[in-house]
Amino acid sequence: MTATPSQYTRRLDTRKGTVDMTHGSGGRAMTQLIEELFVKQLDNELLRQGNDQARFRVEAGRMVMSTDGHVISPLFFPGGDIGSLAVHGTLNDVAMSGARPLYLSTGFILEEGFPLADLERIVASMARACKETGVPVVTGDTKVVERGKGDGIFITTTGIGVVPEGVDISGDRARPGDAVLVSGAIGNHGVAIMSSRENLEFGTAIESDSAALHGLVADMVAAVPGIHCLRDPTRGGLATTLNELARQSGVGIRLCEEQIPIDGEVAAACELLGLDPLYVANEGKLICICTLQDARRLLEVMRAHPLGGRAAIIGEVVEDEYGLVQMETRFGGNRVVDWLAGEQLPRIC
Amino acid sequence: MKYVEEFRRRDLARILADAIAREADSGRRYRIMEFCGGHTHAIFRYGVQALMPQNVIFVHGPGCPVCVLPVGRIDQAIALVEQEDVILCTYGDMLRVPASGRRSLLKVKAEGGDVRMVWSTTDALRIARDNPDRQVVFFAIGFETTTPPTAAAIEQAAAGGVKNFSVFCNHVLTPAAIRSILEPVEAGDGEKVAIDAFLGPSHVSAIIGTRPYEAFVAAYRKPVVIAGFEPLDVMQSVLMLIRQLNGGRAEVENEYTRVVSREGNTRARALVAKVMEQRRSFEWRGLGRVPDSALQIRPEWAEFDAERRFTIPAGDASEVRGCECPHILRGVRKPTDCKLFGTACTPENPMGSCMVSSEGACAAYWSYGRLRKDSTEMSAA
Repeated sequence: MTATPSQYTRRLDTRKGTVDMTHGSGGRAMTQLIEELFVKQLDNELLRQGNDQARFRVEAGRMVMSTDGHVISPLFFPGGDIGSLAVHGTLNDVAMSGARPLYLSTGFILEEGFPLADLERIVASMARACKETGVPVVTGDTKVVERGKGDGIFITTTGIGVVPEGVDISGDRARPGDAVLVSGAIGNHGVAIMSSRENLEFGTAIESDSAALHGLVADMVAAVPGIHCLRDPTRGGLATTLNELARQSGVGIRLCEEQIPIDGEVAAACELLGLDPLYVANEGKLICICTLQDARRLLEVMRAHPLGGRAAIIGEVVEDEYGLVQMETRFGGNRVVDWLAGEQLPRIC
Repeated sequence: MKYVEEFRRRDLARILADAIAREADSGRRYRIMEFCGGHTHAIFRYGVQALMPQNVIFVHGPGCPVCVLPVGRIDQAIALVEQEDVILCTYGDMLRVPASGRRSLLKVKAEGGDVRMVWSTTDALRIARDNPDRQVVFFAIGFETTTPPTAAAIEQAAAGGVKNFSVFCNHVLTPAAIRSILEPVEAGDGEKVAIDAFLGPSHVSAIIGTRPYEAFVAAYRKPVVIAGFEPLDVMQSVLMLIRQLNGGRAEVENEYTRVVSREGNTRARALVAKVMEQRRSFEWRGLGRVPDSALQIRPEWAEFDAERRFTIPAGDASEVRGCECPHILRGVRKPTDCKLFGTACTPENPMGSCMVSSEGACAAYWSYGRLRKDSTEMSAA
């Protein structure tokens, strides 16, 4: 992988070229794609070694590892694209253990005919996300499937990280009396995707909240090492993630609708589309469960971070043999906030 | 959100709840059918039942467009996809509704059938324009609210010379269905629907006005209040119905005065009348065949009628065995009376239509009320 560009008769055509089967065949075309596109964009010392694996020293301690596949449509959306999302998504899964992420690996599955210009744009976006987050992609893989056997591009990423001593964050640690916090307004990612997917124009552009949360988590863990649970409410939204945590911990959760932050545009879009924002996906938010005492301190720390400015305490953990998530509605009533069943489909009337 | 939050105010809810508690006669029961699934949804989502006294009971009616469509019609839509190779466009709610043999449009789509979810009839027309070599059928469902856009699409297709577009028309009519609920159950297991009054859907009346209910109210002596879908609208309408019942009155009253008039939207009605006419009878899931309860495309517009353009097999599949949808829709039984509820039939794997839409009575019970004590007392027959 240390070849010079002069080895190839023509440069990779990232303006009009497309992915073809030779790009995944293991031959010169594949090497050229790796060198002139992937390594060029994602460049770092470990990747430059050109081996089939990355070798690095690790500090003593507990490591975490997480993997995520990205198949989003559309590939480019307001506030991000599949490339930045692939970096943020996995970093967040690593960070939700309280860990400091160290390295990423990535696998690309490309469909024959996929424009190289789009691929370059996506990889450049990944590279930017890596630079911003300080976590490099150190090894990768590329495969090409025949036309019709993929949907343009799929990206998987795997991340590893190290958990600081004294931190023990897990979904089964919520206890009655704990407070439930969310780091900011919910629903932006899902609404952004849905509106660009369906060509719905709302006048104002709602952007995805896609962001890497490990910086926020580092601040939180430094201030309160005894956090009980952290989880990012992605698919299925806040409601589904809270149900997961309630089941894992064998507790109930009581929410106060009034305290849940939501942007006016997102609320209006959900109103219009017949969606419940509690079930809409987020890509840059986290849920935190901790003792009530710690919650006040954490709220300060979170609000001081750019990604936690609208953090809020939204409910409490209670004893409940059924593991129900319930919510006092703004209206003054009470409702069960259940798991999402299937896809959230728009209502017609 | 302007014009939304005002109708969800907690302080006003308290005032209305107090008034309802004060005026409801503790010596009797008030069984109020909310005809439309949108009201059922609002009642559960905002926790309205918890604000009612014990003797004010909501009975969930049949009014969810996908809930009332019989299995046979969905089978026919599937046949259009599989046998005629059409692009079938429909609203999202319709995709998961179970057809015969545990199939659904979602499964047909997964198997490679060209089924597309659209947000409006305009999308369906665009798909037809973009695919001139394919036949595009809009699977039209819904009450009077979704009918004018379908009629408009047919008119636009005719004006624009879109030859590959047609409509599989399943539009149904609210007043006829409400009337049929009060008729004796023909199957004859002696059960009687016990309903004292109705909340009428305001979006339907935005089109048809309040007038079509007048004859019904006179004939059956059951009060109707045309109610908005915000939780305060529902509570205000309940108070209006209690006052009618206490005073021995049976009238059509309009709570949703900010939109609904006696005559409705005359332009929309004229458009529908131009393109569509009443069917002599139509099968409803749960109600059986109901006379004059649905619309079909007029002969003058036959080329846009999928039922005339294609040979569609007769859809006479029966409902799933053990499914209580027919009785639940009539308000004769409640979801928890059904043996399939929560076991064979869940939102992940719906058997009957009441579980399919989040507005269906069973799905609403499952989501919002299944473990609440008071929910088991709701909609008692």
